[in-house]
Amino acid sequence: MLAKKEVQGICTTCRHASTCTRLKFATEPIWHCDEFEVKIPNLVENLLSKNNKLIAILEDVQNYYNYLPEETLKEISGRMKIPLKDVYGVATFYKSFSLKPRGKHLISVCLGTACHVRGAQAVASEFEKQLEIKAGDTTPDKEFSLETVNCLGACALGPIVVIDGEYFSSVKARMVKQLINEVSEGLGKIDIKKDQRIFPVEVSCPRCNHTLMKLEHLIDNYPCIHITVSFGRKHGWYRLSSLYGSFNFESEHEIPLDTKLNIFCPHCHTELIGGYACPECRTTMVTMIVRGGGTVQVCPRRGCKGHILDI
Amino acid sequence: MNLTIDGIPFDAPESWTILETARFLGLEIPTLCYHEGLSAWGGCRLCIVEIGTGDRTKLVTSCTYPVEEGLVVHTATKRVISARKMILELLISQCPTSKVLQDLAAKMGLNQVRFSPKWENCIYCGLCVRICEEQMMASAIGFANRGNELKIHTPFDKTSDECRRCGGCMYICPACTTRCEGTNPENVLCGRCENTLQPTCLEVYENNYHCWMGLKGECGTCVTENNK
Repeated sequence: MLAKKEVQGICTTCRHASTCTRLKFATEPIWHCDEFEVKIPNLVENLLSKNNKLIAILEDVQNYYNYLPEETLKEISGRMKIPLKDVYGVATFYKSFSLKPRGKHLISVCLGTACHVRGAQAVASEFEKQLEIKAGDTTPDKEFSLETVNCLGACALGPIVVIDGEYFSSVKARMVKQLINEVSEGLGKIDIKKDQRIFPVEVSCPRCNHTLMKLEHLIDNYPCIHITVSFGRKHGWYRLSSLYGSFNFESEHEIPLDTKLNIFCPHCHTELIGGYACPECRTTMVTMIVRGGGTVQVCPRRGCKGHILDI
Repeated sequence: MNLTIDGIPFDAPESWTILETARFLGLEIPTLCYHEGLSAWGGCRLCIVEIGTGDRTKLVTSCTYPVEEGLVVHTATKRVISARKMILELLISQCPTSKVLQDLAAKMGLNQVRFSPKWENCIYCGLCVRICEEQMMASAIGFANRGNELKIHTPFDKTSDECRRCGGCMYICPACTTRCEGTNPENVLCGRCENTLQPTCLEVYENNYHCWMGLKGECGTCVTENNK
């Protein structure tokens, strides 16, 4: 059994756990805070304005919450004027939809024919043994969900295990423990030495040329980019990972998804603006000077991953 | 629409289905998931008929197939009968306790079930789902899950706000009416009772008049295969 972790950001209400102040005082894992029910009508309306097909919306909700909360299905059925039994029927028909909250990491073990003959059953039972749950369940600390699938279409690489969308091939039962440890440390932990595309950048303000790096504060083990942001009536600091390709950040305030941020230099208080339109959402991007020449542009809309490096 | 059903030429209105035309002409096609007041569904496949001529014939569900110009339909060929019997066999093995199914079996002369009985209480004919939506305007129950986990129940398996407890689903359900237990309740096929006035099961129910007087809920007359 893995060591029980301290309560981490699991609350999925605004998917903004790292800056949520409530979570700091939580004594046990929570799925939703009090704002949950207030947020659902807004979320569903927001999604409906982009899409008007049931499955597409269910997919969006699933992406947002990692599962389909009962309240969202009711809200969707009411707004789309589809009987709830049909929404529920669709949600239960497809295996990619889950009505039960899933853990932070989803482990899918392939039990298809090709994987099965190479001992996938042993891998699956080893996972069950290590995590102390049955397939289809979630660990009590809401870290892992285990499921078995019947084929992932990569039979030549079997036995296949997919963890958080990452494929692991030729998995053996003795590798399971190591895999779990790797995942709990975080697959998102970027190995800079291995990945050529990921490198740290050092940036400065395009107006006053003052460096924006904060050396004493590390994100992804590198000094972070420290800027100030304002949105609505809030104003505060915002720290970005300086690794190009990493989207980790910290913020003083909780920033709802899809909010467009106004970003300022903390030294000269100029608004950092005037880049290209974001390739993903067409918002005007924020420009910063890269030490060594060139500019880096990032999209100021929370949740958008649009960025350009111009050297 | 001029078509020929079992050799009878007939001019049917355009909106009719093969089943409606056949029923209008008095030809009998057994149905299970079909109901006049509900939309045709084609789920039970019992109403299959053979269409086409020569070698290029095919089996279609008559309840959903609209009439076509020049269509040639056979409602009771050998192929149709054997396919229908097989379908009924599968349905009965799913739910041997249904009176409607047992009656159909008796009518169609089905005398064996080669599949292991499951003793389920639903055959997924969808009648309850449709009556709830189309006649009761409630849409309280529906299909959930899929494959061997398919179920009909209310969303989230909770008491539904839409359900008015009208009982329409139970009224129309073919599996809710249990069969006569007959001489052997363990048997997949029931005692093959027909409502003739000549009891033939007296040798089994010796001196037990409860049976054929209907006092125990049994239908009264068992016709075994040998007696036919």
